[in-house]
Amino acid sequence: MVASLYSKESEKKDICIFLEHRGAGLAPVSLELLSKGRELASHAGWTLTGLLLGYQVAGAASEAFDYGADRVILIDNPKLELFTVDAYTHVAYQIIDVYRPGIFLLGATMDGRDLAGRLAVRLRTGLNADCTGLQLDVEEGRLVCEVSGFGGGILALIEMEKHRPQMATVRPGVFLPSKMSAVKSGQLIRPEIEIPDEIIRTRVVERVIGEGVDLTQAPVLVAGGRGVEGNFEMLNDLAQLLDGDYGATRPPVDDGFVERERQIGQTGVVCRPNLVIVCGISGAFHFVVGIQEAETIIAINSDRDAPIFEYADYCIVGDVHEIIPLLIKALREDRVAERPA
Amino acid sequence: MPDIRIVVCMKVTPKPEEVGVDYSTNLLDRANARSEINPPDMNALELALSLKDIHGGRVDILSMGPPFFEPFLRVGLAMGAERIFLLSDPAFGGADTLATTYTLARGIDHIGGVDLVLCGEESSDGATGQVPPGLAEWLSWNQITLVDRIVLDKDKHLINGRREVPGGVEVLQTSLPAVVSVKTASNEPRFMNYRIKERVFSEDLVTIWGESDIEVEKTMIGLTGSPTMVSGLAQAPSRERRQEYLTGTVEQITQGLVALLNELV
Repeated sequence: MVASLYSKESEKKDICIFLEHRGAGLAPVSLELLSKGRELASHAGWTLTGLLLGYQVAGAASEAFDYGADRVILIDNPKLELFTVDAYTHVAYQIIDVYRPGIFLLGATMDGRDLAGRLAVRLRTGLNADCTGLQLDVEEGRLVCEVSGFGGGILALIEMEKHRPQMATVRPGVFLPSKMSAVKSGQLIRPEIEIPDEIIRTRVVERVIGEGVDLTQAPVLVAGGRGVEGNFEMLNDLAQLLDGDYGATRPPVDDGFVERERQIGQTGVVCRPNLVIVCGISGAFHFVVGIQEAETIIAINSDRDAPIFEYADYCIVGDVHEIIPLLIKALREDRVAERPA
Repeated sequence: MPDIRIVVCMKVTPKPEEVGVDYSTNLLDRANARSEINPPDMNALELALSLKDIHGGRVDILSMGPPFFEPFLRVGLAMGAERIFLLSDPAFGGADTLATTYTLARGIDHIGGVDLVLCGEESSDGATGQVPPGLAEWLSWNQITLVDRIVLDKDKHLINGRREVPGGVEVLQTSLPAVVSVKTASNEPRFMNYRIKERVFSEDLVTIWGESDIEVEKTMIGLTGSPTMVSGLAQAPSRERRQEYLTGTVEQITQGLVALLNELV
């Protein structure tokens, strides 16, 4: 078997998290990974490190300490301002070669996946993608990754014996972020790493970014499937009344009714809202994995045998096209009545 | 500038909705599942063929898997692909991402003269999308992932790949050779071409390569070359739900919902 860049024997008992920043702060998935990493590291007596690449992002380091990092390795360079897989792989590879973490975790985001796939091959190590759970076998120093099998409710546990670092990506929304209760400081390390111009082989020639959609952060979700017949305006109206957002299963996304960022489930986003109202969705497992951690689930479906009802707290057998407009009307009247004149 | 040569990586997967679980063994039960070309790979093939329609050149299919993949992949020949290269050998079996990307990369080297490799976004059984970047790394080629459109500049040997990013779109440019993954459902795969449909049955359009046919290190393929191992299977925990039905007339149900929502939100 091909050997990884470094072996288990020369690893440091350290969990390293690839930190993604958004605006001034860290991306939600990075906070989630730091929190999970802190839990695993404390349990095993390991350290927790954040790897932060970007330009003028030093401010985000303190946030990493708030979420449990013992140290942050920061590479602040104008060439890292926009993500390019070439520059990021180059820098991450060198850092990992020096610091030799036993475990390296990334968010399963567009950039996180690009980096993880490329970096794992450069390091000649394994990569467990889209994990739904992580455990650390303290005795063996082994990361046990839980990965959900397709279609079914089965989970595979995957480990690596000899190869280091043990790499895994985790979807946004799988773990809960938790801020440290006490004020915590940490060590900020700023290594010098040269990024030769010629290694960056892709260039952004156009970028139009508006307001992004992030369903993982919505407290209330209204989700629609085929049964909604493309009427997502109605779901949006309901979501707005509940200060939430709306999402969809894969078919309406494939049919072009809804943006792909709103797709919930195994190939979309995994959400943990307080409440989700599931409309006209039969309840295939690959959708259900995207909402099964919701606090409360309300399902509306005209088919009384739809599997979705098994996953719901409140079940309504009925036509969404009839019930939702009535519900919107009633909620609006309710709001008007509540408002003092 | 010579014609561009494109290879599309394709795979055959069981239909996800037909895969069950054998609860007596806790293993996936694929016995009753029919196979199909991994649907995202059809979008990659369509994009490749549409580039060929505009610029000429040649499109081939590369796959790794057991011999039963062959009849499924042959559909691609009637859509307009030139030839199928199937990496098929028991020694390739049980490969994880590292070994899979390594073997595919050696297959691309062996085909030779390839300018552009297109892959589907992800496989419907694995759904991790980590093969395209890994493949690009083994080849030391550039990569662009999740594109829905490619504009090729044949003279400059450049491509512009357009992709959706959170909150918008971007266009990335890179020089060839490159590996590109194609966004699922970003195009409508064409039907078989009636005039060339007999190509499906043509014996000499499929090349099968085993371990000794392509230059691979024995230690880096299949199960041996895979650092990860499955150590256990577990039932996905399901959360207890109340399953309380709201019944009555539509008006009563609506009132019940309003009360419930006022309590919950």
